[in-house]
Amino acid sequence: MSEVERVPDERAAALEVRGLRVALPGAGEVLRGIDLSLSPGECLGIVGESGAGKSVLARTLLGLAQDDSSARVTGDALRVAGTDLLAAGRRARRRMRGRDIGLVLQDALQSLDPLRTIGAEVSESLAVRGVARRDRRRMVLDALEAAGLPGGETLLGKRSGELSGGMRQRALIASAIVGAPAVLIADEPTTALDATTAVHVLDLLGELRDRGTALILISHDLNAVARVADRVAVLDAGRVVEQAPTSRLLESPAHPTTRALLAAVPRGPKPATGPSAPSGSSASAPASPEFFLAAQGVTRSYDGVAAVDDASVEVRSGEVLGVVGESGSGKSTLARLLIGAESPDRGDVETSSPAPRVRLLPQDPLASFDPRHRVGRILALSRRDGAPSEEELLAQVGLDASLLARRPATLSGGQRQRVAIARALAGVPDLLVCDEPVSALDVTTQAGVLELLTRLQRERGLGMLFISHDLAVVRQISDRVAVMRDGRIVEQGGTERVYAQPQHPFTAELIAAGTPGPGATRRS
Amino acid sequence: MSAVTAARPSAGRWTALGAGGTVALAFVVVLAAAVAVPWLLAPVSPLAVSPADGFAPPSPAHPFGADESGRDVLVRIVHGARSSVGIGLAATALGAGLGLVIGFASGLGPRWLDSALGRVIEVLFALPTLVLALLLVAVLGSGTGPSVLAIGLATAPGYARILRSRVRTVARGDYVAYARLEGVGRARVLLRHIVPNTLWPLVATATLGIGQAVVWVAALSFLGLGQEPPSPEWGAMLGAGRVYISTAWWMTVFPGLAIVSTATALTVLGRRLSGATA
Amino acid sequence: MLPAARWIAARIGRAVLVVWLVATIVFFALRSSGDPLEAILGGPGSQAGPDAVAAARETYGLDAPLAWQYLVQLWRIATLQLGDSYARRQPVEELIAAQLPGTLLLAVLALALAWVLAVAGATIAASSRGRAGRAVNAVIGGTEIVSTVMPQFWLGAVLILVFASTMRWLPATSQPGDTAGLVLPVITLAVPIAGFLAQVSRDALTEADAAPFALTSRARGAGETRVFLRHTLRHAALPALALSGWAFGNLLSGAVVVEVLFARPGLGRLLQEGALARDVPLVIGVVTVVAVLYVAVIIVSDALELAVDPRLRRAKRQSLAVPETAVGS
Repeated sequence: MSEVERVPDERAAALEVRGLRVALPGAGEVLRGIDLSLSPGECLGIVGESGAGKSVLARTLLGLAQDDSSARVTGDALRVAGTDLLAAGRRARRRMRGRDIGLVLQDALQSLDPLRTIGAEVSESLAVRGVARRDRRRMVLDALEAAGLPGGETLLGKRSGELSGGMRQRALIASAIVGAPAVLIADEPTTALDATTAVHVLDLLGELRDRGTALILISHDLNAVARVADRVAVLDAGRVVEQAPTSRLLESPAHPTTRALLAAVPRGPKPATGPSAPSGSSASAPASPEFFLAAQGVTRSYDGVAAVDDASVEVRSGEVLGVVGESGSGKSTLARLLIGAESPDRGDVETSSPAPRVRLLPQDPLASFDPRHRVGRILALSRRDGAPSEEELLAQVGLDASLLARRPATLSGGQRQRVAIARALAGVPDLLVCDEPVSALDVTTQAGVLELLTRLQRERGLGMLFISHDLAVVRQISDRVAVMRDGRIVEQGGTERVYAQPQHPFTAELIAAGTPGPGATRRS
Repeated sequence: MSAVTAARPSAGRWTALGAGGTVALAFVVVLAAAVAVPWLLAPVSPLAVSPADGFAPPSPAHPFGADESGRDVLVRIVHGARSSVGIGLAATALGAGLGLVIGFASGLGPRWLDSALGRVIEVLFALPTLVLALLLVAVLGSGTGPSVLAIGLATAPGYARILRSRVRTVARGDYVAYARLEGVGRARVLLRHIVPNTLWPLVATATLGIGQAVVWVAALSFLGLGQEPPSPEWGAMLGAGRVYISTAWWMTVFPGLAIVSTATALTVLGRRLSGATA
Repeated sequence: MLPAARWIAARIGRAVLVVWLVATIVFFALRSSGDPLEAILGGPGSQAGPDAVAAARETYGLDAPLAWQYLVQLWRIATLQLGDSYARRQPVEELIAAQLPGTLLLAVLALALAWVLAVAGATIAASSRGRAGRAVNAVIGGTEIVSTVMPQFWLGAVLILVFASTMRWLPATSQPGDTAGLVLPVITLAVPIAGFLAQVSRDALTEADAAPFALTSRARGAGETRVFLRHTLRHAALPALALSGWAFGNLLSGAVVVEVLFARPGLGRLLQEGALARDVPLVIGVVTVVAVLYVAVIIVSDALELAVDPRLRRAKRQSLAVPETAVGS
């Protein structure tokens, strides 16, 4: 196969895709006629749920899908930075990578080789092309600086595990841009990062776009996309169902898939349907006695480091307390202290009397199910007197009774979480502690589970502790909210009050990280 | 994370056998028959001498040939299964049983016990199995009983290690923690969750272990420290036939094949089981 | 103390503990197995006069209380005086020193060969793609299983049969210093280990090849060769490296059988003869040396692992890496 010459005209599209179809062995046709185009200095966001074909699209644009001889890639046009990927042979496609197109994946801990130094990783695309060692070092330092890591020399000898999450991701980006490629694909670049760090990385991507790189941002997170993308394409089952400038797509979506996606994104305050007001007063659910669970100045340390430091919170019947914070802030430890799985080093955990029945919704429901048990047995074992039957429990969480005979490992993530809710309900609880229950779910599934939890909580007047790193989710469900950082509670109060007038700077930072405007970082 | 954890296809307990597993299972069934009722499969005495047939090569009359005293090799292999596999089975039962006790004591007991037992296990594991077995044989002498004891005690640290690790993982796991949180008593948690999740994987490991034990039993006999000729134990046959290897290769090759096949079949079966019960 | 020095000190401390416990167990085990005088005086059934008995008792210090004998034994081991062999009337250290090099040579060569075979197998399996690749992988997988359960005394016998008796390329028995005679014993020793190492390497290779960092590397324009040599191979070698300690133990076990089979003098054969004759000092000496060797190899392989994978510096690893399917070595 002859190599097609690079097109020198700079105003030409950096990326042009027409009628792209990709069929993979075992999966059938994954992409069914994709049309996309991208100019230098422009950012195209690609959103869609898992299984829509986003990653396959990324691999095809890189020319990697074609390397599998049993894959079929066809179309009218597939031109990336001047190379015709439909006509080019294996060698030509490989040469294009790193030089004309770069890739940034999520979670640099996995995406950078943990056994190699940062210097080696960032310079790889140069080494592949035979760039001289002296030049390489200079280009690597330049790339690290462009990625927001100015003190590059000290990093060269380190390995990815020695860097913080944000720095790692920047190093990963540096490794993709060191060859100054015209096109950059970022596939979920901020998913593994804390919200505040993610914002900085997205801003960096925006800067790269402003300097002329054509950027494709693949993400499930509409907020991230809204922050950086000029246009957005919605992918569903291998087809682009809608493509429009960002602001228009977000404000007036045309396609039902887009509308469903947008509707599922948590936004705004807790819906006020039903009798309870969102300001923190106790529920008017019929005749439920007042239970509470309170932590008073609890501290818990591991290996000399305080995971929870002098924290005081209270969970009451009929009210939802949200606990929000980044990873490592101590949210889970606080939950464990409250339910009695751990004892505090200092401080007390008090309960009302009679003591409330507390049940947990764990972060990883699959691990909390005995792998030998089927759903029916799991529910039966957790039932207490006065609980409805197993079939009824499933019905209450919106699942069919046929799931009773299944094993949890064969269920989807959303189904598992619902079974976990059913199991908690089987214990006829007074208070529910929910530890990141929706973090691992797709946006639409997440919305369904949140709606279920809210409804159940209202109907039964349950008290609830809801832990999440996602402020928007917490806002949707909580009456009061506590913000945690490094083990301390930096702010606590009614959700809307905290949201509108944050007292602590960290709270303000969190809120800012969660609210983009379309093109918020664009320099005009 | 954006991805919904994909649903896995329903995995039944026994459907994972596959082609290899089925063959292995069939072999093990035949083996079990040879151990239980060898006279049904080979109605001739394995000790019956027949000098006229001395060193007869494989033929329709003697499919695996005959040894120096004219005894049919195939017959001896069938009857020898009782010694080779039987001793291996007994040794594994001993080793796994001891490992079970130690593993549970260590994983569920007080922390000091866990530490102490852990150290002891590591120390014993510092000796290669055969070396440890030879040591025990030097103490106990040779023969059937000592072989069982030697191999059993030598493999016990290995089982103890595996079980201790497994029990600790299960006992510290999320589903046990959740049950305790619900107020389920310790005894019930033990019976309902810990024991089933530990015992079944042990079955798989022990199946593998029987295969290895058979090899070690044969090794002991080969070294002159286990069964002695004229016992039809496979290792002893190998040891005896070694001298004649250039003239009567069938005396060594076929007993060895029996050992290899047994060990392979049990290993394959053990792996399939662990895939299905893990 | 530097962290490295502390790590070494901890390891050596544990090694000493191991050796001490082993020596204790051996001592009491052998003492409880019958009167050592029997073994000294030439085995059961020998008719020795009361003078010979008394003289033997005095020479070997057997009239002292058991606890004293135990302490003496420990002291002797610590100062590397391992006493005299009952059966051969020679100092045990001399006997061991004479046989140690031969066994070590066998073990080291076998480990090297096992590594080569394992890496070759994993590489071939990884570089075959498509339908042919699946067949190749199945064959290699099957070979691995069989080789891990292959009894060494049988493999050795078959090799002797084919290469020595039938084709007469290589000798069946050998003496130290005889290079051609090393080939068959080394191969016999190496095969089961190669099977285990190949299994873990192949699994690790497949996993590494599908990992995100491999995709990133390919996206930078690296070809398959580069991805293999500079990325996945290193990851694949890690579990095999971790297993090398256990593998060495297995080799020492195997050496006993192989040395007997090929009639090579060495530590293994010494151990077997000692066990047969119930020669207490000799068995204690050999087993102690084996324990020391084993622990030394583990320390070396741990150090190598730390050098290759800096992630381990942060984790607290205590126990020995062992293949999942092995209940012993």
